[in-house]
Amino acid sequence: MKHTLAVLVENHPGVLQRVSGLFARRGYNIISLVVSETEDSSISRMTIVVDGDERIIEQVTKQLNKLIDVIKVQDVTNEDTVDRQLLLVRVNADNPAKAEIAQLMDIFRARIVDIGRKSVIVEATGDEEKIEAIIRSLQPFGIQEIVKTGICSMVRGPK
Amino acid sequence: MLGAELLLKCLEEQGVDLVFGLPGGAVLPLYDVLRKSKIKHILTKHEQGAVHAADGYARATGKVGVCFSTSGPGATNLVTGLATARMDSSPVIAITGQAASPFLGKDSFQEADMIGLSLPVTKHSYQIRDAHDIPSIVAEAFFIATQGRPGPVLIDIPKDVFTQKVTEIKKPVIRKSLLVKFKKPQMDMKLANMAVEVLKKAKRPLILAGGGVNQVAGASELLQEFAQKNEIPVVQTLMGKGIFPAKHPLFLGMVGMHGTFKANWAVQNCDCLLAIGVRFDDRVTGSVEDFAPLAKVIHVDIDPSEHNKNRVADIPLVADCKDFLKFISEKLWASKGNKEWLRQIGLQSDLPKIDAGRSLEPEGVMELVNSLLDEDTIVVTDVGQHQMWAALYVHPSKPRSFITSGGLGTMGFGLPAAIGAQMAYPEKRVILITGDGSLQMNLQEFAVVKQWNLPIKILLINNGSLGMVRQWQELFFQKNYAESILEVGPDWIKLAEAYGIKAKTFDGFKELEDALGSTFNDREPCFLDIKVNPMANVFPMVPAGCSLDQIWGSWKNEAHASSIG
Repeated sequence: MKHTLAVLVENHPGVLQRVSGLFARRGYNIISLVVSETEDSSISRMTIVVDGDERIIEQVTKQLNKLIDVIKVQDVTNEDTVDRQLLLVRVNADNPAKAEIAQLMDIFRARIVDIGRKSVIVEATGDEEKIEAIIRSLQPFGIQEIVKTGICSMVRGPK
Repeated sequence: MLGAELLLKCLEEQGVDLVFGLPGGAVLPLYDVLRKSKIKHILTKHEQGAVHAADGYARATGKVGVCFSTSGPGATNLVTGLATARMDSSPVIAITGQAASPFLGKDSFQEADMIGLSLPVTKHSYQIRDAHDIPSIVAEAFFIATQGRPGPVLIDIPKDVFTQKVTEIKKPVIRKSLLVKFKKPQMDMKLANMAVEVLKKAKRPLILAGGGVNQVAGASELLQEFAQKNEIPVVQTLMGKGIFPAKHPLFLGMVGMHGTFKANWAVQNCDCLLAIGVRFDDRVTGSVEDFAPLAKVIHVDIDPSEHNKNRVADIPLVADCKDFLKFISEKLWASKGNKEWLRQIGLQSDLPKIDAGRSLEPEGVMELVNSLLDEDTIVVTDVGQHQMWAALYVHPSKPRSFITSGGLGTMGFGLPAAIGAQMAYPEKRVILITGDGSLQMNLQEFAVVKQWNLPIKILLINNGSLGMVRQWQELFFQKNYAESILEVGPDWIKLAEAYGIKAKTFDGFKELEDALGSTFNDREPCFLDIKVNPMANVFPMVPAGCSLDQIWGSWKNEAHASSIG
């Protein structure tokens, strides 16, 4: 099962190597990983999506906690979170298709950010499900290239 | 003040009075100011010797062992030693020189990426980029090496940082997140009370004690008291040697691949296994699915990642083992005897008494060594058959007095580790039990033994082969002794004498018996070449991957063995 871990780490060189090295040598499966600075510039936040059963996730969490540069590990899989991924996709598009794609993307609140002679680039953000739906809807036009980021995740505020 | 001087000052403030090392280009500025400090430097002849010696020192004392090396090959030579220390949770700090900052990342002369190389083999590693950070980094390194589960830390220092002028000496600061991370764990009282209930109900309880108990001063006494008051038998891992008196009737010996019949039987038949400071290594459990199949497992360890890693625990307790033992000693008092359980264990075979005989059987040699141990003897071993014979038959009576590379199984560990232990305790008797395969991996350190006149007794269990490899080939590879026979060995006597160490060969038991007592009592280094039966095998044995029930007392079932191999 996929788990999303929110990991706060010290923001200095080599931390990513320590984390990715740990996953590699213990044979844990990273599905996606996003790193960026937080509101405190001395701390970075990693959102790691990892695949494994409960026992593996328990080990991943504990092993991460052992790294000196890891400040906090939180499994947010079962939390109420806002999840976002950024998608860029280049699609075949002659002139009539361009309009059709623009219309279609409106439904998803995605947008065309580059127009080529016979293609367009679509930009979209959303959770995994939405991103997959967008890709599916573009498939009939012929997809040339896809670039996706990993998932960023934030726990919703108390209501 | 220069960076190098500040580093030495910080080391002194941490209580370091002894380091092991070997100079080279990148650390020249450090060595240049070394004589101005109070720190004594032991020049080993190879960096691997330096790191194992620091490790031996750390294991014998519980204090941090420190080693220095230069950049590049000097630093990479430490890697085996760091991995050895990490596997056995030994607090070692390695300080490596590095190419000067402007040359970093350019494949400069003697540049090696020590941060990258050290990641999987250390608890943490630092590269100092500014000499002003030295106080805090040294303080953190010592803190990390010793707190929680101990382990090695590497500090990599570019040459120009050693020569950097320090304008302001900052007070050392340990990051708050580290203080939180290594805060002594509060025992989960609900789980702790559950453990008490499970132990109370148990009809066949057993204690499995490991290296973690050896790490905590005073824990072994508590464990002994607890086990004796409640009549609970005790088995131990290789790293747990020295925590329980071997002659006590509750002591069943080592468990695992070369465990005793009683210990392995007790594990497989207990209904409650109180495992303290162990990590359920495959050499301990055999087939982990079949390990202690009837037992509720209470697993006490300070490192939460050890819980459910190899063996799922019914009650995983994150605690300092001493806290736990104190707690449980107050809660549990012998309300019922375990007489029937102890009687059943008593029915299992003892280790065979094997006389040394004419062919000089290694078990008999070990019994002889064991009979000559005093309270303060530290036994150091290398890795292989002799290590297992020593584990089975040689029983020092105190914690931290059986020093061996358990987890990594590093051949060549013994001689330098013995040097470290003897340097830590000049008055104690240090016995190195080694093999002719292992000793040839670091024998350059004979020079250190001679130079400092360390009265180490080097017992070479000489069987002319890589004995454990040969044993496995005999048992599991149809006696195909591929590359395990050391056809050309050195003339050991000439070799030892070339270093100025007294040496003698023994091929009969009587002479050995006559010589050993007096040799053990003189205050000089001594090398004993003991030519044992070259075909001797270590038994009992549980073949790799088998359940501990499948224990062989001797070599009988060839067809079966080959199918396992």
